[in-house]
Amino acid sequence: MSALSLRPGIRRSRGLYYGWIRPIGAAVIKYSLLIAASATVLLPLGWMLTVALKADGSTFFTNPVQWFPIDQFHWENFGRALFNPDQPFALYFFNTLWLEVFIVFGTVVSCALVAYPFARLTFPGRNFLFSIVILTMLIPWQGLMVPQFLLFYNLGWYGTNLPLIVPSFAGSAFFVFLIRQYMRSIPLELDDAARLDGAGPFRIFWSVILPLAKPALTTCAVLTFLAVWSDLLGPIIYLTDDSQYTLAVGLSNFVSTQSNRTNLLMAANLITIIPVAIIYFFAQKQLIGGIASVGLKG
Amino acid sequence: MTIDRRSAPFALWGRLMSSAPGSRRQRGARTETVTAYLFMSPWLVGTVVFLIGPLLFSIYMSFTDWSFTSSQPDWIGTANYERMLTDDYRFWLSLKITGLYLLISVPVYTVVGLLGALLLNMKVRGIAAFRTLLFLPSVLSGVAVAVLWVQLLNPETGVLNTLLRALGVTDPPSWFLDPDWAVPAMVLTNSWTIIGGGAIIYLAGLQNIDPALYESASLDGAGFFRRFISVTLPMLTPTLFFQLITTVIASFQIFDTAFTVGRGSSDNLLYFLVFMWQAAFRDGELGYGAALSMVLFVVGVIVVTVLIRTSDRWVFDENARKEK
Repeated sequence: MSALSLRPGIRRSRGLYYGWIRPIGAAVIKYSLLIAASATVLLPLGWMLTVALKADGSTFFTNPVQWFPIDQFHWENFGRALFNPDQPFALYFFNTLWLEVFIVFGTVVSCALVAYPFARLTFPGRNFLFSIVILTMLIPWQGLMVPQFLLFYNLGWYGTNLPLIVPSFAGSAFFVFLIRQYMRSIPLELDDAARLDGAGPFRIFWSVILPLAKPALTTCAVLTFLAVWSDLLGPIIYLTDDSQYTLAVGLSNFVSTQSNRTNLLMAANLITIIPVAIIYFFAQKQLIGGIASVGLKG
Repeated sequence: MTIDRRSAPFALWGRLMSSAPGSRRQRGARTETVTAYLFMSPWLVGTVVFLIGPLLFSIYMSFTDWSFTSSQPDWIGTANYERMLTDDYRFWLSLKITGLYLLISVPVYTVVGLLGALLLNMKVRGIAAFRTLLFLPSVLSGVAVAVLWVQLLNPETGVLNTLLRALGVTDPPSWFLDPDWAVPAMVLTNSWTIIGGGAIIYLAGLQNIDPALYESASLDGAGFFRRFISVTLPMLTPTLFFQLITTVIASFQIFDTAFTVGRGSSDNLLYFLVFMWQAAFRDGELGYGAALSMVLFVVGVIVVTVLIRTSDRWVFDENARKEK
C-alpha cells in the first residue's frame, strides 16, 4: 500500500481492480480483523451483563450462549449486590475509595518532591542515588511481604489501613523515574528566570515546575489509582475485619461463599469494573503512554 | 531517540554508572545540596525503612523458625532452605507450574501481542476507537478478570466448553480443575488482559520505527512480508527481548488471579507467590516464608543483571550510533 502512495500517478491508470476492488477488499479485510479482535473484548463483558441482569435461579448458562441482554432486565440486581448484608459491596466500594484518596495523594506528592532534585538540582551523590531508584524499580516488592508484615505488626498497624497508606508517602521508584524524565524536558531557562526574580528552590518547584509537570503527575495519579483498585495481596494480608475490606477482597471472597448466585456475583464484578472503565476512557492518553513506559501488569 | 520507553531506565542506568560523578556544572553547591536532600528525604527514609531494612531483616529471618505462634524465634541454620529443596513438594511444584506457564505464555503473548500491534498500527478510519476498546481489558483488575473467567471456563456450564461441544468436541478439558489444563487455562485468562498491555508496548515500538526504512525497502521491491522480516522484526528486537525478560519476573509475581480462582489452596494453581502466601500467612511460618522470598530476590537479581549486562546489545540507541 505504501508502494502505491509512493507513485501517486499509477493509481488512476490501473483500472477497476486497483481503482476500486482492491482498496475496498483491503478495507473489508482490515475491518473484519479489527471487529473480530474487538469481539473477544466485548463478548465476555456482554455475557457478564447478560448474567447480571437475570433473575435468581434462572439458567445462567444457556445453550446457545446468550451474549447480550435479551429477555430479562433485573436492574435491581445491582442494588442487591451493593447492599447485600453479607457482602456489602457499597461499603467495600467506599473503603476502596477512601484508601485511594490517601494513597494517590501520598504517591503523587512524594514522587513529585523526590523527582524534582533528580531532575533540576546539582548535588553530590545524585547519580549514585538515582541508580538506586532504578534498581529498586526492579525488585519484586512482594518478596518483602514477610519482614514488612513483622514491622507493621510490631508497630501495631495490623488490622488497620496504615500499612497500605504510609509506604505510599515514601515515593515509588517507577513514578519518581517517570516524573523526573518529564521534569527534565522543561527548559532550564525558566528556573534561571525565576531565580533572578529571587525565588528559592521550593518556590521554583511549586510555581514553575509543578504546574508544567501536570501531565506526568496525572499519569502517576491514574496508574496509582488503578494499582490500588486491583491490589489484592496487600489488603488480604493486613485487613482483618470484614468492614474494612476493599472491592478486590470482597469480590475474591464472594467467589467461594456464594458461587450459586452467579447473577449477583457478575453484578458485583461489573460494579468494580465500571469505575475503572470510566477512568480509562477519560484518561486513556495518559494511561496508554504510562503503560507503554512501564508495562503495568508486566 | 529510538529507545523503547520501557527500556530507557536500563540504558540510562548504564550511562549513569559510566559517567564520572560531579562532572556537571557546580552552582550554589552547599545550599542546593541541603535542599536536594530535604526534597528527597521521604524517599531516603522510606527506602531504608520499607525496603533495605526489611530486605536485610528477611535474610536473617530466613535462618530462623520465626512463626506467628512462637514468641522466641530460634536460629536454625539452613534448615528452611533444606526443607524447601528436599522436603516440600510444593516448592518444586510451584516452580514447575511457573516454568510451564512461561513456556506456554511467552510464545502466545509474543505472537498474539505482535499481531495485535500490527493490526492497531493500520491506517484506517476509526482506528483510535478500536485501540481504546482493545486496550480496555489491560486496566481491569486481576480479581475481576478471574471472577469472569472462572465462569467462562466452568467445565460443565462454561461458555467456552459449550462452544467446544457445539463444535463437536465430545470431551472438552476441565480447565482450572484439571492439573494438566490449569496452566493453559491461566494463560488463556491472563492473555485477555496481558496481550492488550503487550500490544501497547509493541505498538509504541512500531511507531518508533523510521518510515524512511520502509520506503527504501519498498523501493527495493520488498513486499509486505519481506518488509516485516527485514525491517520490523530487527527494529523491534529490543522491545521483544525486554518483554521476554519482564515476562519471566511477572510470572513469579502472579497472585490475584491464581488466588481468586483457587482460593489460595488449589495445587493446580500453586504459583510461586501463592505458595509463599500459604507458607507465611496461612500456615504462619514466617521464617520459612522469608527463605522463600530469597528465591524471589535471586530471580529478580538474575533478571536485573541480564538486563543491564545486555542492554547495549538490545537497546537500539540512535544517539550511540551517531557518535561512532
